[in-house]
Amino acid sequence: MHMADFLISPEVGGTMWAATLAVSCYSVKKVQSNFDENEELNEKKIPLMGVMGAFVFASQMINFTIPGTGSSGHLSGGMILAALLGPYAGFITLSCILAIQALFFADGGLLSLGSNIFNMGFYTCFIAYPFIYKKIIKNKITKKKILIASILSVVIGLQLGSFSVVIQTFISGKTELPFQTFVLFMQPIHLAIGIIEGLITSAAISFIWSARPEILQPIKENTFKEKISYKKLITVLLSLSIVTGGFISYFASSNPDGLEWSIEKTEKTDVSNSNDENGKSVIHNFLANMQEKIAFLPDYGFENNSEETNLSKVNVGTSVSGIVGSLLTLSLVVLIGKAAKFYKNKYNIKEN
Amino acid sequence: MINIKNSIYKIRFLDEISQKNTFIHKLHPLVKLIVSIFYIIMTVSYGKYEIFSMMPLLIYLVLVFNLGDIPLKPILKRSLIVLPIVIGLGIFNPILDNKPIYIFHSISISRGWVSYLSLIIKSFLSVICALLLISTTSMDKLAKALQQLHIPKIIIMQLLFTYRYIYVLLEEFSNIWTAYSLRAPNQSGIHYKLWGPLLGQVLIRTYDRAERIYSAMKLRGYNTEFNNTENDKLILKDYIYLIFWIVFLLVVKFYNIPVLLGSIFTGA
Repeated sequence: MHMADFLISPEVGGTMWAATLAVSCYSVKKVQSNFDENEELNEKKIPLMGVMGAFVFASQMINFTIPGTGSSGHLSGGMILAALLGPYAGFITLSCILAIQALFFADGGLLSLGSNIFNMGFYTCFIAYPFIYKKIIKNKITKKKILIASILSVVIGLQLGSFSVVIQTFISGKTELPFQTFVLFMQPIHLAIGIIEGLITSAAISFIWSARPEILQPIKENTFKEKISYKKLITVLLSLSIVTGGFISYFASSNPDGLEWSIEKTEKTDVSNSNDENGKSVIHNFLANMQEKIAFLPDYGFENNSEETNLSKVNVGTSVSGIVGSLLTLSLVVLIGKAAKFYKNKYNIKEN
Repeated sequence: MINIKNSIYKIRFLDEISQKNTFIHKLHPLVKLIVSIFYIIMTVSYGKYEIFSMMPLLIYLVLVFNLGDIPLKPILKRSLIVLPIVIGLGIFNPILDNKPIYIFHSISISRGWVSYLSLIIKSFLSVICALLLISTTSMDKLAKALQQLHIPKIIIMQLLFTYRYIYVLLEEFSNIWTAYSLRAPNQSGIHYKLWGPLLGQVLIRTYDRAERIYSAMKLRGYNTEFNNTENDKLILKDYIYLIFWIVFLLVVKFYNIPVLLGSIFTGA
């Protein structure tokens, strides 16, 4: 579910970064406000969060055999963090894990890190956890309740997450991947993954519940006394801002070529919903015109080379010079590399 | 098992090469972070059918590889991780986008292949750029850069903590996995009856470890503050580096350098 940089357009990546930063700031505020109330417990939380993050990271290297099949599953990181640390600390911890994965393992990218954190952290910590997990085990914790709550919340968190992966990929328009195909591919796979991850997570939580219930206790008290309504409001507002942000960035990009071509395609092949798509492109044109008039970032400065100019660049006349030029550029690159190495060696000798 | 050892090796390796003492390593981490992010944004904002004009972007990578004394092979090997994703998700480009474009007068290919190739190039450029950032900037220095960007201290501390304890916990899991596979040979994973006890016990141990760490930190005067002793500012070298790359990236974005070069050369 990690999105890579190439899948995402700068507009979508930026929007998702903004959303992630907003949620992070909110979480940091929340964790810090807890600090003031109970100093010792919360001072302890900082090392706990760090070590738990490392735990989740390491645990994902271990395979858990799924009975009856040859395959294996992993622990669901977001859910166990939310269950043990609370949603705010859980979100922060998860985002750090994802950042480390992006930096050291090229799992995801720097531009797409915002969307990855959002897709995996926000839905589990701020939707699945408060509205499903917490609701189910609110009054009395039993093993059965833990099982149901974990599976449901992990599944729903993952479904929402994978659906937003599809939406973000689609809005970015970097691939020709048809929306429907992608959805039909992503959702069932993540349903299966969700059930398994939920089972593993519930196994771990119920073990802790029977062995050391006090680990779950303080968190339980901590998170339950908040007013839900306020949180609901924030959640709704945030979701709204994401949706609108996504749409604005879609319309703001003057080159959503992937979409337009897929629309052309659906028109030609007479897919039943081509009317909608037509309507969409009309709206799109309208908004694009509007946007041109009121643009505060006209075309983001560097989207000027529209489709046609790009195409003509690859066309007959220029392609010869393009190929020759590329070869020249490549040799230039090699030369620069050699020169850099030479310079560096000299520099090193001087230093020593 | 191999998985765990591999991960430890991977992190250690990058950690080690980030400790070198070259021109690139000595630059201010903030500058490197900004340049890397700008590079990735510029890379992914190239048009769908642009291949030639992306060539100059290689100059940045080649320079960092060489000036930073970064071994080429391991980084390239690591960047292969994106290949399955980009091949899988991009395969619809040549299938669905099959309008022909003409290379020479009679030879044509579907433009989907061009966009597919362009996508693959972009994915490699962006991944290698991120890997180069971490192999020239250690985690501590990166944390400093984040601090200068006014990222909350809690997040920075989390990042450093998690990073530090990943080694410890990976080793712990590695030991557990060895113990498990010695007692239950020929299994590809943990049996479902042991899911809870195995994970739960490590979790409890982790929890206790956090308590011990907290006590140790407290004894050394920890008070939830993240102290940074060094307070270095950007120097001239850093500004030059920053401005140079931003100008360079903008220039190669706006002018199709290879085509310009080619047309000068062929006289077209």
